Amino acid sequence: MDISSEDLTAVWLTIKLAVLVTAILLLIATPIAWWLAHTRHPLRGPVSALVALPLVLPPSVLGFYLLLTMGPHGLIGQLTQSLGLGTLPFTFAGLVVASVFYSLPFVVQPIQNALEALGERPREAAATLGAGPWDTFFHVILPLARPGFYTAAVLGFAHTIGEFGVVLMIGGNIPGVTQVISVQIYNHVEALEYGRAHTLAGGMVVFSFVVLLLLYGFRRDQGAKPLL
Amino acid sequence: MNTVTKQESAATQVQDDLRVRCHLQRPDFTLDVDLTLPGRGVSVLFGHSGSGKTTLLRYIAGLERANGTLLFKDQCWQDEQHFVPTFQRALAYVFQESSLFDHLTAAGNLQFAIKRARGKVDKEDFEQAIDLLGIHHTLKRYPHQLSGGERQRVAIARALLSKPRLLLMDEPLASLDERRKQEILPWLERLKTHLDVPIVYVTHSPAEVARLADYLVALKDGRVIASGTLNDTLTQINSPLQQGEEASVVLQGHIRERDRHWQLVRIGFAHPEHSQDDDGSIWISDPEVGNLPPDGSTASASDNTGSHADDLDQPVRVRILASDVSLSLSRHDDTSIVNALPCIVEAISDDEHHSLALVRVKVGETLLLSRMTRRSVMHLALTPGKTLWAQVKSAALV
Repeated sequence: MDISSEDLTAVWLTIKLAVLVTAILLLIATPIAWWLAHTRHPLRGPVSALVALPLVLPPSVLGFYLLLTMGPHGLIGQLTQSLGLGTLPFTFAGLVVASVFYSLPFVVQPIQNALEALGERPREAAATLGAGPWDTFFHVILPLARPGFYTAAVLGFAHTIGEFGVVLMIGGNIPGVTQVISVQIYNHVEALEYGRAHTLAGGMVVFSFVVLLLLYGFRRDQGAKPLL
Repeated sequence: MNTVTKQESAATQVQDDLRVRCHLQRPDFTLDVDLTLPGRGVSVLFGHSGSGKTTLLRYIAGLERANGTLLFKDQCWQDEQHFVPTFQRALAYVFQESSLFDHLTAAGNLQFAIKRARGKVDKEDFEQAIDLLGIHHTLKRYPHQLSGGERQRVAIARALLSKPRLLLMDEPLASLDERRKQEILPWLERLKTHLDVPIVYVTHSPAEVARLADYLVALKDGRVIASGTLNDTLTQINSPLQQGEEASVVLQGHIRERDRHWQLVRIGFAHPEHSQDDDGSIWISDPEVGNLPPDGSTASASDNTGSHADDLDQPVRVRILASDVSLSLSRHDDTSIVNALPCIVEAISDDEHHSLALVRVKVGETLLLSRMTRRSVMHLALTPGKTLWAQVKSAALV
């Protein structure tokens, strides 16, 4: 094994980022998924497309525009500056915000699919038994759609761990701040340190495989459809 | 109109019924209803698919939005200004296919209702609901481990345990096969007699109407075509409800006598509101014997020793098709029909086929329908007030 303290810092930073982003995403994506699953509003189509955009855009494009919006002259940048927070690019917070956008569709879509599969009936049944909307959400919808939420969390987590292009565009390569595993692997390869690159890259392969194995195994138990 | 003025409601004390006014316009469908349903017993909304009966029930529950007014007893559930959301209405709803929560066991589903019940549910209520529906053995199982009939019974128990003031049932038997239907129907009848909660019950099955209804509302294309107590609606001979083969009456009566040798029972019937004594009685096949399996010869032998004495004087319902009733001017003893009852002609009306007529006769206070050709009406010179004999060829306990 050939793992340095910088590598360990990168691993730790990556995990911290992924955990935080996954938590934020579950909070943001659930209401979005709920709205998309139940609304007949004309904005449903455009919002769906917007949420799915990171699926098709090259990460560098997403990163480029996030860099501009979060920069000193961008919309988010001006907001954070007026709040006395400075600007987000090249900070850990900036990385979190960017990752949230980047991984959003991977969290929204499984939740939305799960909610749509449930249909109206459980909500109606709960209402006729005297359960209010929040009560129904926490005691009926959430437990029934749990596989969807698991899938969403795992996908959001795994996808955030694997991100590279967006990080390079808005985070750069600051050890302990924005230098995540994928960037660190790139650094090793650039420096021709193939052995150290192997350690991290191989670890990522194993990690990703295990995550998917768990996910598909779990979903087969649930008798659900393929993932994506 | 069904708006209640203050003076009226003060005069008649508290309103004890369900007033439903509903107007719903869809591209292919209009529901336009103005009804008052009684605050007790079973009101059946009857009609074919597409008649709007389920939509109307969902509107009462607040699951379907439409313009209108909903007054339930002392509560206003909907008018121009207000809409009380479903979870704040003290009702329970049994859906066509059971809507148990899959992540909870049967017991968990019942607990869900108890926790949110509109009144205190004590252990006795719980036991009673479980006994009433015979679901003790299901409690630890998950919905997917139950049969369709068991799931539906758990769903009914769950509805009861939420302590509703109004119970809505949307074809609770429709998703079940004939055997399961027969398995649940007796539970529903027990419910009716043991419970002091009004039930609104949707069905397209005349058999369920005959068996359960106290009050009947017939819907067609989103409109009410007949409504009233079961006896009144079924004996309205000019109602569209009574056109065709299914024209019938349902009599409330009691098993008075049992002929074990010929496997017959004598049903005495009386007008439910008027007389204590029977208006008359008819002999029909003993349903207990008829239900025995064909190879149950030993069982029927033991039955003949009198194990059924206990159902004598039990209330029963008998459905008599108008086509099974014939009229004659004198009493005949030389016929295969044993049931001959003296009666008076009340009214005569044309059936949907022009050769046929529907005649309403009165036996004591009880009304029967008879279907015959118009030529026979002429031939017998039937006019209201004429006395003659009604011969009942067959009838079925429902």
